[in-house]
Parts: sequence; structure tokens; C-alpha cells
Amino acid sequence: MAKLEVKDLQVKYGVIPALKGISFYVDEGEIVALIGANGAGKTTTLHAVSGIVKKAGGSVLFDGTDITEKKAHEIVGAGISQVQEGRGVFSQLTVLENLKIGAYLRKDKAGIEKDLADVYALFPRLQERREQAAGTLSGGEQQMLAIGRALMAKPEMLLLDEPSMGLSPLIVENIFRTIRKLNRERHMTILLVEQNAQMALYAAHRAYVMETGQIVMSGTSKELKSNDEIRKSYLGL
Amino acid sequence: MLTQQLVNGLTVGGIYALIALGYTMVYGILKIVNFAHGDVFMMGSFLGLFFTEGLGMPLLVAFPLAAAATAFMGIFIERIAYRPIRVADKLAVLISALGVSTFLQNLAMLIWGTGTHAYNSGIPVITYRFDRLVLSNIQIGVIVLCLILMTVLYLVVNKTKIGIAMRATSESLVSAQLMGINTEKVISFTFGIGSALACIAGVLVGTYYDAVYPTVGYSYGLKAFAAAILGGIGSIPGAMLGGFVIGIVETLGAAYLSAGYRDAFAFGILIIVLIFRPSGILGRKTVDKV
Repeated sequence: MAKLEVKDLQVKYGVIPALKGISFYVDEGEIVALIGANGAGKTTTLHAVSGIVKKAGGSVLFDGTDITEKKAHEIVGAGISQVQEGRGVFSQLTVLENLKIGAYLRKDKAGIEKDLADVYALFPRLQERREQAAGTLSGGEQQMLAIGRALMAKPEMLLLDEPSMGLSPLIVENIFRTIRKLNRERHMTILLVEQNAQMALYAAHRAYVMETGQIVMSGTSKELKSNDEIRKSYLGL
Repeated sequence: MLTQQLVNGLTVGGIYALIALGYTMVYGILKIVNFAHGDVFMMGSFLGLFFTEGLGMPLLVAFPLAAAATAFMGIFIERIAYRPIRVADKLAVLISALGVSTFLQNLAMLIWGTGTHAYNSGIPVITYRFDRLVLSNIQIGVIVLCLILMTVLYLVVNKTKIGIAMRATSESLVSAQLMGINTEKVISFTFGIGSALACIAGVLVGTYYDAVYPTVGYSYGLKAFAAAILGGIGSIPGAMLGGFVIGIVETLGAAYLSAGYRDAFAFGILIIVLIFRPSGILGRKTVDKV
């Protein structure tokens, strides 16, 4: 059984269809990427899964449970955390407050402390800057904070929206190494949205290609990397 | 004489500050101006009178009850008048708020009549004289209570879980939801706290001036709104500071220049500050960083 299964998902913005009925799945312990150009519906897909935008049709199953009608905060409680495009850190809150608010739904104090230590181990920079307002961090540090904050919820699955956006190549590489590490060492299931198809296909096991609200192609990263059309349109080779 | 006017100004200012907090907290989270807030203050004042004089309850029971009732009224207003149209244009919410304002004023007139009521809340007024300074226990109570409430609010917003959730929600509704925060609850809580503070301000105004009437919310609401803007709307310390500044400026202006221009001083200082600091004294400059 798939960890996340999306069936015939539709979203409309007013009368304009943003998602025209897409279906895909992510297995437990897998990294799956959604790639495609701007406006293809990648972020909308994540927002629909997270319950941020209303679904016009279709269903979302998580661990076999129907979460289609659940509200955003309930979906976090179910075990899906999203790292937003543009990071979405609370710039007026300190780094530590941001991390603590990631654990908003948890009651286990000892577990939260342990996970905080784990996040600091993963991103030592965050510990150095824990008393600083998050808005004063660099883009890369904010991305680390956003990922760390999502991990504080102790999720079973991470949705990552454009983790490479606006970051220098060196930092992008660093972030993607961390993503793979989370998957390898903690068995984290990850759904990744990226315009940077090269990085996405480097990190993901499988990928779906989106165009104007539809999935037009899918396959393992290896297959897609050797596909002529993908090479031409998305990898610029 | 100056000390006397400063004390008077602090008293009025504290009341403006309590009302201004409701405007600024709601604006901080929803980016809307709740123009019915002045009338919530008026209803709170009447409810305080109803529980004390009307039902004969002791003060320490009546005031928390009135504050709680007003809090629920605020939550209810948000649920029926603002929540359903939140996704629409901000202008729709503004019109809805004006509608609620008219409704509350007429409701008060229907229940309590259009006239002015003496405010027999049961608090005895005692005046103290220190040389030429005259102080009443009400004035001292207002100032002390305002300071206590502001301290409590500061601690709630900065130290508690719901407070951090409020700050997160005010930065981004979507990001807060993705943290698992039930933002609808946070919004209700914000309306509840703001309305309870307005009720306390209403009881204090009623007691201080020994009067309450259905349109009292208009001038207080407008002054408090000006205080929130002056301090930097969205900022809690700003609303407090703005309230005290407006209270003191209008009292001093009325005492030393001309009593007839009391309101002109209050709004004059607002205009002057906004010319030099458009985001208010403690307001955040909104710079969009990409």
C-alpha cells in the first residue's frame, strides 16, 4: 500500500482549472519528485494535499486513510508536514520559537527536546543563531530552518516545495544532500516539487512530469534522465 | 497643575489603549479593521452596568461575567459577520463591520433606550488630595488596571503557546496552518481577548464619567483606532503607547490651549506623526523582500 495516494485530484481557482484530475502515489521511504515549468500546478498539488486549497474533486489517501476533507491543521496532525515555497519562516519569531512552533501539536516534552537536539545536529548553524529573529537569517539558513521546523512536528512524510529556490548552487547541493540523508537515515517519505529538474532527478527515486495541471509523464529518475524529451525540455541538454 | 493634567491624560489614555489593543490585534491577524469594536466597547459598558445595578451582583463576580459575555459577543460577531466573507475583498468585511456597528447601537437603544444612564456600578468614588493634586480611586484604579492588563497581555502573547500561535498567525495564516495551528481558534481567541479588554474599558469609562449611552462607542472607538494607527497598527506595544500619547496630548491641549479643540489635538498628533513615520511610532516598515 502506498504511503500517499492521490486519485483524480482536481482544483479550480474560480472557474479556471489548476489541476485537471491528477493521480500519483508515493511509497513509504521513497523520494518522489514533481517536476515541470512555472504554472504547471506543482505547488497547487502540494497545497491540495496539505489542505490549504479546496479540492474540486478526487481523493487523497494517507496510510490508507481518506484525508481529502481534512483541514490543514488536522493533516499536519495526521503526519504530513510541508516546507513551503519561499520557506515561510516566521521572520519576527526567533529561530528557537520557529522550531518550537513546528512542534505545536505535540505534547511529549522529552521527545520535543530530543528532536530539537537532532535538528541542531543536522543544522549546527541553527543552534548558533537560535536567539536571532528568523528574518535576519540568510536564504540558505532560512531553508534549513524551514526543514528543521517541519521535522519538529515528527512527520511521517515531508512535502518540499522548491527547496532550491533563490539559493546559490553550493547551498542547493547542501540542501539536497540533507534531503537524501533524511530519506536514507530516517526512512523519511518525501514528495518534492522542483523547477530545478536536474537536482530533483538526482535526489528522487521516481518523478512525475507536470504540464498545465496534468501529469504528462512518469518514471524512475533514471528513465526520465535518459528520456530525450526530458533532456531537451527540462534538463537543457 | 501639569501633574494633574498628566494624571488625567494617563487615565483617558489607558482607556484608549485598552480599546486600541482590540483593533491592533485583529488587524495584526486578519488585516481588517473591525469598525464594530467601538460598539463592542459600548455593549461591554452596558453589560457591566446590567450585571451590577441590574442584577445586583457583587463587583468581583459581575465584571468577569461582563467581560466573558462581551468576549463571546466578539467571537460570535467574527463568526457570523466576518468569517463567511473573509475570502472576499477586504472592503466587504469593512461594510459588514459598519453593519454590525449600526446593529449593536440600535440593539442597545432597543434594550436600554436612547438616553444617558448614570453608572451605578457600586464602586464608591473616593477622592484624595495631595496639595493641589486631586486624585480619585477610580483614576488610580484605571491606571493600575490598565498597566496590569497590558502586562498580562504582553506575557500571554510572548510567553504562552497560544500567544506564539497568535504571532505566527499574524505573520502568515497559511504558514501557521502548516504548523498544525487551528487558525480559526486563534482568530476567535483574538476577538475574545480584544472584546473582553473593550468591556473592561467600557466599565472603567462608565464608572469614571458616571455615564453610558448607546453611541458612546463612536468617539471612543475612533480615538482608540487613531491610537492604534499612531502606535503602528498591528503592534501591541504600539497600541498601548498610542493610547497614552493620544490621551495625554488631548488632555494637555484641552487644558492649556482650548477645550473645544480636544478632538483636534488627538487627530492632529496622529497626522503629524504619520507625516514623519507613516507606519506609526512602533509600526513595522513593510518592505517586501524577494
